[in-house]
Amino acid sequence: MRWINVLPGVLVTFALLLPAPAAAKTELYSALGEEAGISRLMETFLLEIAADERIVEHFIDTDIERLHRLLTEQICELVGGPCVYSGEDMVTVHTGMGISHAEFNALVENLMTAMDAEGIPVGAQNQLLALLAEMHPEVVKL
Amino acid sequence: MHTNKFVGVALAGLALAVVQPVYADQGRFIATGAATTIDGAGGGGIVPWATLSSYAEEGQWGATASLTEVNVDDFALSVSAASLTFDNRFEFSIARQRFDLSTIGGELEQDIIGVKTRLYGDLIYGDLPQISAGIQYKKNRRFDLPSAVGAVDDSGLDYYVSAAKAWLDGPFHRTWLANVTLRATRANQTGLLGFGGDQNDDYKLMTEAAVGMFINRHWAVGMEYKQKPNNLSFADEQHWRDYFVAYFPTKSVALVAAYADLGSIAGLDAQEGIYVSLQATF
Repeated sequence: MRWINVLPGVLVTFALLLPAPAAAKTELYSALGEEAGISRLMETFLLEIAADERIVEHFIDTDIERLHRLLTEQICELVGGPCVYSGEDMVTVHTGMGISHAEFNALVENLMTAMDAEGIPVGAQNQLLALLAEMHPEVVKL
Repeated sequence: MHTNKFVGVALAGLALAVVQPVYADQGRFIATGAATTIDGAGGGGIVPWATLSSYAEEGQWGATASLTEVNVDDFALSVSAASLTFDNRFEFSIARQRFDLSTIGGELEQDIIGVKTRLYGDLIYGDLPQISAGIQYKKNRRFDLPSAVGAVDDSGLDYYVSAAKAWLDGPFHRTWLANVTLRATRANQTGLLGFGGDQNDDYKLMTEAAVGMFINRHWAVGMEYKQKPNNLSFADEQHWRDYFVAYFPTKSVALVAAYADLGSIAGLDAQEGIYVSLQATF
């Protein structure tokens, strides 16, 4: 058996064993443009949500300026920035909303579009998406 | 003559790529529906993955239609396939394969009906992989040649279990996907040369695997490996592999190009060539 024949198997094993690398968080904070960049990103993100008929109904009674401030704090803290999230925890916020898998994904797609629009590099986008994906069980179907 | 088909597939892909998606029920991320394999199931090119075709999430329907051309030294395989997925839970697929024995002369044809169900987990979320199981019913539309080379049956069932996992932030801060599939099969050359043979007529458990890296949300590169049984004494059957580039311009279209190494087929060694597949998702 030539080495190339077992290469896919070896790589799959490698990929399965490899833990997700710990995000170099201060680097990520910089890559997102620090607090000002994150604030801009969250504004673009909320504008995308406002135009998305799949999920906009969940935000009809929302104080958008407050949400923008809390999201900016939360993402800033999450990526290692010098902010403190002052809102309630994710489970409390989303309990009773009955957010579906598809709605959660739609929200993330709006963030992807916003990150593309803000010119955030693919590597930084993936790091942020991986951090947010961990919140899935704290948001969906509560 | 196959060059024309490739050009046709590529042009059709471009035409579809510029069509604005108008479908509401596409609740999963782009590329998570993967492509269509030669046996019609959602997956890569030669390995069915634990992913379900289309972008249907819970409570949603989705469908795909695809055309695939594989052109190796002495053979050409054409596949038309379609699938229907419900609830990100059940995938139903049909495929018709036409295998042109360019050098030997003649052709083989096979129909495949498949069903796959997601048993556990999610490709993206959580630490554990998404696990699916599937069954494929394969039927030769003509059995003269398979019978002449020692195949026992003109139809057969394949059973498989697949596990797939995506890492959003994998090595190089890229999104990676790995899939392992275990298949119980009696098929000769995936059924194109019938089922069971003079050398072995029992089910064999075969390993198939795929690994891929997304350069960004629209482009992925990767490889696949497919182990196959060796049931017929008239010719040695070998494993297959491919190295692919996949392009997902929108959720409506997937285009896959690959280098395929299909080993020895019907006594003709080193069958290598180009794989092209176009998938439309609805």
